[in-house]
Amino acid sequence: MKVFRQLAIIFGVLFVGHLLQHIIGLPIPATIIGMVILLICLVTGIIKVEMIEDVSEFLLDHITFFFIPSAVGIISSLEYVKDDWLPIIIVIVLSTIIVIGVTGLTVQVLKRLQRGDGRDG
Amino acid sequence: MAKYLNTPIFGILISILAFEIGLFINRKTKIAIFNPMLISVTLIISFLLYFDIDYEIYEKGGSIITFFLGPATVVLVVPLYRQIKKLKKSGIPILIGIFVGSFTAIVSTYFLSKLFGLEENIVLSLVPRSVTAAISIEVSKEIGGIPSLTVAATTLTGIVGSILGPYVYKVFRVKDETAQGIGLGSGAHALGTAKAMELGETQGGMGSLSISVAGIITVFLAPWLMKLFN
Repeated sequence: MKVFRQLAIIFGVLFVGHLLQHIIGLPIPATIIGMVILLICLVTGIIKVEMIEDVSEFLLDHITFFFIPSAVGIISSLEYVKDDWLPIIIVIVLSTIIVIGVTGLTVQVLKRLQRGDGRDG
Repeated sequence: MAKYLNTPIFGILISILAFEIGLFINRKTKIAIFNPMLISVTLIISFLLYFDIDYEIYEKGGSIITFFLGPATVVLVVPLYRQIKKLKKSGIPILIGIFVGSFTAIVSTYFLSKLFGLEENIVLSLVPRSVTAAISIEVSKEIGGIPSLTVAATTLTGIVGSILGPYVYKVFRVKDETAQGIGLGSGAHALGTAKAMELGETQGGMGSLSISVAGIITVFLAPWLMKLFN
């Protein structure tokens, strides 16, 4: 029952996220509210990492796989991008490079400034 | 053919087989563009188109796999929790970094799309693409995009980010582990974070933090910026 017990905790967190989303009417999805709830529970010790460790590891190891059907869903939006697929891909590639580069550099530079030295680390 | 495939087992089975083939080719060639995800998705799409199988038939099994994205996204908090000390130490650089990332994603996507002369509804569908699909789809609806196109753009962003991220860091000399995680998580959501977890524990934890924070920032920032630009 260990796997089901761990799953139940994770689903429980998701379900509370779902309830809160409806009650508060936030434009934030249940999964993100669930992340915040789980983090609070872990920090306060209400949930111990060991209580969800095995199932978490399984889910995180396979997160790429869980994305496959959504990616296959690209099929159903082909009609919108008939003539524009190339510029769309170029925009996505360029912008993704810019975002990852700019964000990484920003954090790296700010961390150095905070420490007040010029070394890596 | 369709009547034989009209069971969830078909979608699940073909997804597992295609992913196994993708992993195998990736292991054998060790070429980044032969990404397991990219290979498996290309295989499945080709199969469906070649045998003229409706996406709905594949989706019967596909939706069962997609269901696990919810709990998988929630437990992304576990690697973050393990890195909580680093978060406390570098909180300000991290938060500013995620904000800069979300802002850059929206603005660069918007202006690059305009530059390439894309139509307004396609531009708006692309704008929220760098945050996790659960959020990007809601933002897309709010600003007037096409939700299914946004999901496609979001997934493609994740694939592109996880393939190119390590090269971007080489070129821009981003060596800091925290910075690498924040960049991948802010720029390429959960798929970027999966790559970040391969790079290291710190990167993984920071990536997962970025998914939720960038997601929340984008919910508020994207509609506001779109009003500003129009």
